[in-house]
Amino acid sequence: MREVQASRITSAVKELCMRANYILPEDMKAAIAAYRNKEVSESGKSIFTQIVENMEIAERDHVPICQDTGVAVFFVELGQDVHVVGGGYEDAFNEGVRQGYREGYLRKSMVTDPVLDRKNTQDNTPAEIYTRVVPGDKIKITFVPKGGGSENMSEIRMMKPADGMAGVKDFVVERVRKSGGNPCNPIVVGVGIGGTFEMCAMLAKKAILRPVDVRHPDPRYKAVEQELLTRINKLGLGPMGMGGRVTAMAVNIEIHPCHIASMPVAVNIQCHANRRAKAEI
Amino acid sequence: MAQVRLYTPLKVADLEKLHIGDSVLLCGVIYTGRDAAHKRLVDLLENNQELPIDVTGQVMYYVGPAPAKPGMAIGSAGPTTSYRMDPYAPLLLEKGLKAMIGKGPRGAAVRDAIKKYQAVYLAATGGAAALIANSIKKAEIVAYEDLGAEAIRKLQVEDFPCIVANDIHGNDLYEQGIARYAEE
Repeated sequence: MREVQASRITSAVKELCMRANYILPEDMKAAIAAYRNKEVSESGKSIFTQIVENMEIAERDHVPICQDTGVAVFFVELGQDVHVVGGGYEDAFNEGVRQGYREGYLRKSMVTDPVLDRKNTQDNTPAEIYTRVVPGDKIKITFVPKGGGSENMSEIRMMKPADGMAGVKDFVVERVRKSGGNPCNPIVVGVGIGGTFEMCAMLAKKAILRPVDVRHPDPRYKAVEQELLTRINKLGLGPMGMGGRVTAMAVNIEIHPCHIASMPVAVNIQCHANRRAKAEI
Repeated sequence: MAQVRLYTPLKVADLEKLHIGDSVLLCGVIYTGRDAAHKRLVDLLENNQELPIDVTGQVMYYVGPAPAKPGMAIGSAGPTTSYRMDPYAPLLLEKGLKAMIGKGPRGAAVRDAIKKYQAVYLAATGGAAALIANSIKKAEIVAYEDLGAEAIRKLQVEDFPCIVANDIHGNDLYEQGIARYAEE
């Protein structure tokens, strides 16, 4: 059994909050650079120029890439031989978020009650923490600050098995079409297929964690990812939805076994500020 | 596509020259407001009460900025999605608001009101928040301080970059731009 002080989680989380919001992952920088050359529309080209310049300013000046520094979402692989001491496990994450968002000059975007009060919690807590217990004695944390604009364009549908892959594809493409210029295109499209209702939504979220240059290991799903990306980029939405050839930079699919009666499909939309960062304790 | 430098407060004569797709560099005073502030403004109007700011000829920027670092006027400050302000925008346009800055297309009622009241809708690049913040030279809260990031701020901007998305002539860049490139 390895003992880990809760304060170590807090300091790792605090650092992650800042790093993720200031610096885009390398795969995203490369994708933006590559897709910039593919855009032909006037507005699209000028938007790409701004996106690149913005990314450079944020990284250099340590300021947030986007003012929407998101809901603090954590995916954690917790080694089963870890014993967290000196404080609560989830409290340690929330304290890290509190410190990171305050000291990093990040926006606090959480409200207490979703419908009635909508009072800002002032420290961006509570975090959403999804923990999976795995063999080993490490804590591996992936942090995703999830912005509201793109999240609002997401959807889950309980499809029929008879809808098949054609149904899945049409649902994804139509979801992107309906999103129009709202989610800060060019986007990354996370698709979850299978599982139960909540598992399916989680798969779509996990799909956007995957680097955009990594395709699905199953060649059949890899082909679907590529076909969907091509179809989405023929929609003509373009950067910020004002017309162009680059609407999305990747479609990532995650699948899971499901019930004989079910075929749920979830689409989680991620903006071009596809922020994520990792730490290991 | 022209590049135009625009100075606030805006006059209809300035707006008549703008067409969708034009790049605009905005200079002068603009105001910020998003969901919660709009709800309060429209509640006041519906109860025939005075607004905390005079919107005549003014520009409303849909943004909830990040906190300013020491020495900076404002933190990162990119646009938020505009459709959420659609229920409130026509009333403000009726009161004399001349431009809105945000991202994403507007609903039919807002597009009609833009035409009727001779205003424009300008699109800023979502996610270009650090870049945009550099064009904001001063920021002060003028109403609803309790709303934090959602408070109404008066911003002094220099060459704030945006694109004309809905012009005074009834054109819509979202509609026309997508139609031009759509293959599916």
